[in-house]
Amino acid sequence: MDVAIVGIGMHPFGRHQGVSGRQQGAHAVRAALKDAGVSWADVQFAVGGSHSAGDADSLVSDLGLTALPFVNVYNGCATGGSSLIMADSLIRSGAHDLGIVVGFDKHPRGAFDTDPATLGIGSWYGETGLMLTTQFFGMKAQRYLHDHGIGRSALAKVAAKAYYNGSLNPNAWRRVPMTEEEINGSAMLSHPLTQYMFCSPGEGGVALVLCRGDRAHKYTSRPVYLRSAVLRSRLFGSFEVFSPWLAVERAQSPSEQASRAAFEAAGIGPAEVDLAQVQDTDSGTEISHLAECGLCEHGEQEELLRSGATGLGGRLPVNTDGGCLANGEPIGASGLRQIHENVAQLRGAAGTRQVPGEPKAAFSHVYGAPGVSACTVITT
Amino acid sequence: MSVDPRSSDEKAADVRKHRLIDEGILVEDEDGPRLVGSSCRSCRTTTFPRQEACPKCARVDMADSLLPRRGTLWSFTVQGFRPKPPYAGPGEFVPYGVGYVELPGVVLVEAVLTENDPERLRIGDEMELVLVPLRRDEDGTEILTFAFAPAR
Repeated sequence: MDVAIVGIGMHPFGRHQGVSGRQQGAHAVRAALKDAGVSWADVQFAVGGSHSAGDADSLVSDLGLTALPFVNVYNGCATGGSSLIMADSLIRSGAHDLGIVVGFDKHPRGAFDTDPATLGIGSWYGETGLMLTTQFFGMKAQRYLHDHGIGRSALAKVAAKAYYNGSLNPNAWRRVPMTEEEINGSAMLSHPLTQYMFCSPGEGGVALVLCRGDRAHKYTSRPVYLRSAVLRSRLFGSFEVFSPWLAVERAQSPSEQASRAAFEAAGIGPAEVDLAQVQDTDSGTEISHLAECGLCEHGEQEELLRSGATGLGGRLPVNTDGGCLANGEPIGASGLRQIHENVAQLRGAAGTRQVPGEPKAAFSHVYGAPGVSACTVITT
Repeated sequence: MSVDPRSSDEKAADVRKHRLIDEGILVEDEDGPRLVGSSCRSCRTTTFPRQEACPKCARVDMADSLLPRRGTLWSFTVQGFRPKPPYAGPGEFVPYGVGYVELPGVVLVEAVLTENDPERLRIGDEMELVLVPLRRDEDGTEILTFAFAPAR
């Protein structure tokens, strides 16, 4: 059985003083219901979560007490992807016909301050100044550029593309284009990555209405089908965030594992997708994740950026809504934002940032601590 | 096995001068500091810090292992802003290097680097383990942690 996405809704990303994360989640749900033309009472199940803005199932207090089963997902950066996988299974199994997935968050300013104990690491790791995701991304970029002969100038090109795309997205946080000079000249946070090469923890909410594929036309004239949704954790030998040590041998990353499995389950290859959203916690990871997800060869990225191939009018537009760099990263909502954007693009409803040529297949990829990746393929 | 060769009296005398941030991960012998990891008796995988079970073969058969002092720089960055608590470094923030050092054939260890100028660091540089001050306790005891320094 196919599973269709028939409604999408979001609360704009950014900073929203006086608006709780839960309110942003409820706003997204109402928008998605309206988009699908259904009411909350029609929804048979819900799955969702946030990392630091409360329990998703408490949204029933605001949305309506209908006794529906509502499962909370608390799975770090893969919260949205994991919620979607659950919803997909619940519909595919025949248990339910119509459900909703929601993710929202609201983080304080500045870098994430994760407690090492939650990952089984001693307090010395935080006290000595090693418990920062930004260091991992700096070291990953340093090693990746070195291994594949990519110049540092590629990093600013990624960020400039993100802020340009964000300027065309009314839901984005950062909507002012920036030059490569401004990006390179901002504060060096974690060499070789400057302030504007990093995304910031932020706020926002996204919801998706899903249903059995054979009922999709009841709700929309432009259904989009979820062909695969896959989650993977670490293999022995992968290089991941918050690792006090690494094995001498290198293994495939969770992103490589999840993307391959997602393409295989969808029955299409990376060359057949018309656009992609990949995790761009920083400029370096957009570059490395493109190749890890099979969307280009290792080392090819500098030429793709130079020629504009990953821009909106290019051969493979990437992070068309501005990605994490322009939208920020509210953990629970971030992966669902990518799917919201892919659905909008496949519907031809992405406004001034619409990818030309009636795109028919789109890919999304999330990566996060402590080494998880969730990937999806959707098609018209 | 005991990983600290000093007698308890020696340790008691020492504590007034300095103490190590965590004696479960780091010890000092006559030649200097050593990191303490675990090595799997079955598949030889080494972890840092110590673990009860092997993350590769999953057997619960790990032995304490003193890691080599020297290795090569595998990747690096420089921490450019003061981390939020629980970071307990000096009151006046100074950017610090962070890197992975490959202890040949054994394990890669993440550590603070004594060098904070990225132009003076290169992947492949020879590095060696040293102790560096992190902060002082209320009673004045200096707390030492480990770092890697460019090898002389």
